Amino acid sequence: MESVNAKYVSQKISKTRWQPVSHSTLQQPDIFATGSWDNEDNKISLWSIGNPGSSSLDDGFEGDPQLLCEHKHDGDVLDLQFLDQDKIVTTSSTGAVTIFRHHQNSQTISVSQRWPGVHCYPCDNAPCTGVVCSSPEIVTVGEDGRIVVFRADQEGVVRVIENADSSTIHAVTYLRTTEILTVNSIGQLKLWDFRQQSNSPSQILSLSGDRVPLHCVDRHPNQQHIVATGGQDGMLCVWDIRQGSAPFSLMEAHSAEMWEIHFHPSNPDHLFTCSEDGSLLHWETSAQSDMPSFLQGGRNNSMTSRSAMAPAGGNQSLISAWLSGDSSKSRVETTHMLPSQTLSVNSLDVLGQCLVCGTDGEAIFVNRQVPV
Amino acid sequence: MEELDVEPAITNIPAASDGKHLGFAWGPGDILAYETLYKASSGAKGSGCSFIHEVRKDEDIYSPILRKLFNESHHIFVGLQTIKEDLPSKNKKPQFVSISKNYRSVIRACMEELQQVAVSTKDAKVAMQYGNQVSILLAIELIWNLAEVLFIDSAPAGSLLLHLLDWVRLHKADVDEKATEVLQSESPAEHKDYWDVVLSYVMQGRLEESRQMLVKQATLHPAPRSMYKLMDTLLSKMPFYNPGGNQTLTEYDVKWRHWHEEVDRCLQDNSFASNKHLEIICRILVGDEDTLLEHKELLGTWYHFLVTRLLFSHPTVQPTELHYYAQSCMTMFLDSRSVPEPLDNILLAAFEFDIHQVIKECSIALNNWWFVAHLTDLLDHCKLLQSHNVHFGSNLREFLLLEYASGLFTHHSLWQLAVDYFDHCPDLGRVYLELQIERVPLNTERKALKVLRICEQRQMSEQVRSICKIMAMRALKNNRLGSALSWSIRAKDAAFATLISERFLQDYCARGTFSDLDLIDNLGPAMLLSDRLTFLGKYREFHRLYGEKRFGEAAKLLLSLMTAKIAPRSFWMTLLTDALPLLEQKEVIFSAGQTYELMFCLEELTSSLSSVAPATDGTMQDEDIEQTKVELLRLALARNLAMAIVKEGTVST
Repeated sequence: MESVNAKYVSQKISKTRWQPVSHSTLQQPDIFATGSWDNEDNKISLWSIGNPGSSSLDDGFEGDPQLLCEHKHDGDVLDLQFLDQDKIVTTSSTGAVTIFRHHQNSQTISVSQRWPGVHCYPCDNAPCTGVVCSSPEIVTVGEDGRIVVFRADQEGVVRVIENADSSTIHAVTYLRTTEILTVNSIGQLKLWDFRQQSNSPSQILSLSGDRVPLHCVDRHPNQQHIVATGGQDGMLCVWDIRQGSAPFSLMEAHSAEMWEIHFHPSNPDHLFTCSEDGSLLHWETSAQSDMPSFLQGGRNNSMTSRSAMAPAGGNQSLISAWLSGDSSKSRVETTHMLPSQTLSVNSLDVLGQCLVCGTDGEAIFVNRQVPV
Repeated sequence: MEELDVEPAITNIPAASDGKHLGFAWGPGDILAYETLYKASSGAKGSGCSFIHEVRKDEDIYSPILRKLFNESHHIFVGLQTIKEDLPSKNKKPQFVSISKNYRSVIRACMEELQQVAVSTKDAKVAMQYGNQVSILLAIELIWNLAEVLFIDSAPAGSLLLHLLDWVRLHKADVDEKATEVLQSESPAEHKDYWDVVLSYVMQGRLEESRQMLVKQATLHPAPRSMYKLMDTLLSKMPFYNPGGNQTLTEYDVKWRHWHEEVDRCLQDNSFASNKHLEIICRILVGDEDTLLEHKELLGTWYHFLVTRLLFSHPTVQPTELHYYAQSCMTMFLDSRSVPEPLDNILLAAFEFDIHQVIKECSIALNNWWFVAHLTDLLDHCKLLQSHNVHFGSNLREFLLLEYASGLFTHHSLWQLAVDYFDHCPDLGRVYLELQIERVPLNTERKALKVLRICEQRQMSEQVRSICKIMAMRALKNNRLGSALSWSIRAKDAAFATLISERFLQDYCARGTFSDLDLIDNLGPAMLLSDRLTFLGKYREFHRLYGEKRFGEAAKLLLSLMTAKIAPRSFWMTLLTDALPLLEQKEVIFSAGQTYELMFCLEELTSSLSSVAPATDGTMQDEDIEQTKVELLRLALARNLAMAIVKEGTVST
């Protein structure tokens, strides 16, 4: 726990995201963005943790994130993504989508583009719950059940799928360049193919029966058919998009809503989840039975693999540890990453060895030595 | 009526001019004031002011820096509540002291940040506001620290004085600033503040530091070297009680008296007569009150005077004797003219071990419940408040916590913290929470989910229902039937589910297609919530079966919807019309028995319709259509019956 730094920031944090680092250099991330919610004046802020390699700030504040700049944000920040190195896309509870630009030289933020009220009801604005982007394309989803596509280099909206969902869409992610996945409040995972003109999903996967709302979704960075979701009951579901319409495995994780889930971008055997119950979990799967010894203490093993669906043929070594149904060979280890705390952890992001998360206790936690 | 302790403060409502009447409404923390007309009957002629004023009791809650205090202390508070009850109280004391220190360090951190901001800000008014907050926090920390020494740690004689010395040193830190200034000057011994620093060190019992300072003077004036040497010996020989050692208090007392007599002897034989500074030090060491009072400005406060006086005259003071010395020091130190300030009274009450007086005075003097609520809670955990009950609410701890938490709940963002405080008020906390939680504005579903989680964890089913209903109504208003249905299913609100199912069916009748198929097709067991919802789900199932050309199953389902009375009577006509294409199929789908049942349904429907009062002229055309429909149905049924009888007859023979 020594490497975890807490900073109180006087605003409840709804989202935290690392600024992307270029793939060529192996440097650790330095700057992250946060968005606040439930304040009278909400903000998006940029912070630096002063890692070596960054020119900004002296090393007098070793470890403590320092505020670089902030900007007022209309409504709660419901989602936030980096479009590229210096552009940030946010979605608001007022239904607006905004691109902010971070000026590295003067350390200021300004609004570079804004689409107000893209998510709306017939006579009111609807909160825009999620965004995903792959520059220049931006896809947003909202409580109004719409999917809206923008391009950062165009002013208008590129495409709207009205009534994409009869309930609220909670999150969205890319599956491939032309396909996105959405999760909704009745426990469904919908696959949309933008090459098709039809306004209906190309595939619907769902939890059987209980209709537990899903809140977050992330795709395995290397194997695009593996998707992990988290929902209201705090269960972690791993899905194989190619096979079946039900989740491949269900694992007990949190005791309340799971708000975010992220595969580690470069080491996808590691997975991170955070929840309303105030915990942040580090999941590690390994196909071998002998466990690495560096992860000791504070773990609970609670894998309840639902099915032993044999992976269809193929080379065994190519099959991800997440989908090796034989639970005697694969083990999932979970570790709590935060000291005990009671208020919800709303968001997390992990990049390299650095992890950042934000809570309703108005604190930001930064861990720079994530064991991956 | 109870007597008022202090005169209530007056707040002027800016827009309310003379002669205008004000109305007001209580909120949980704030008051709304508005201008009103005195005589309602005289016709509202005079144009009233159209403003509503919000009168806030507590501005601190809106300070971004103090929010950190609220958040961090919330964490400590929750930790304190989970300390095991079953531990023997002896083992818990160190835990309580460390929790108390945690609280204080949070106050200190907050204070330092405020100080930084106060210095860096350019706006004089804002700087003053921050300055005020700093001084309030300083006072709070001072009181808390004293309470920690006296009540929580409850140090016995001997170590009591050591703790009090630490307390004074911590809050009179300007000596160190002055000392560095002196030491950094070219010749420290000649600096104008040199002797002030030496005296201050002596009066705080920091004898080692004062000796180091004195060495500088001694090297400068080699002549009266022996005198400095003697003073150095006196200072180094002064015994301090060592609570960890094996020395008893009596042994220490004897040793101290011995030293005291030695100092006294030096004073009597005028050893320091030639150097007035050393003479003063010697007088202080012997505990001469007049000399101490001559250096009031160095002491600064009466409680510093108290501790210094105890140090040099009564180092083994008992906790029970404290109040006597405190009272006399205060009267000696303060001029007869000056009135003691609230802080003085609070500290005096603490020295008197009158905890309730401390809390009461603090409640009056401070505009925020944060301090009293947390301190009282901690003292209550130390079992120091048992005997006391207030005549309002349940007990003092709970009353203060409820007040504090209610204040937090009025804040747009800090309301989440208040929930844990309510949780730890066994008597009235739940009622407060129930009343407040329903009033949290819900602008997004995510916030609603957070509020719902709070309610569900505490089995507050009434509130869960009400929140779901709010969300369902909102979804309905925005024409999001799917969402509305999801919310009412979550609330298990059968009546509302029925209402929404009705809307779905109306939409179907109007447009001929279902909306929100992804939801209706996946209702699962939730379908059983209300009859109408079951019908909606089953009716949709019929359409699916029909679409998949599974006519036999579809027909069976359709019939059962009517015979089992799942379908509302008003919908039977639609169902019968849906049966038409099945009846017209080439092969027989409805058996003879089923056809009889269909005919029975149709007759029941038409007879019940004709028994209702005859329709008015305007609907003549509609009636014609209905009539044609019925005739068509009768025809189809009769033909199907004939075919079915023939077919069944053929099969049986």
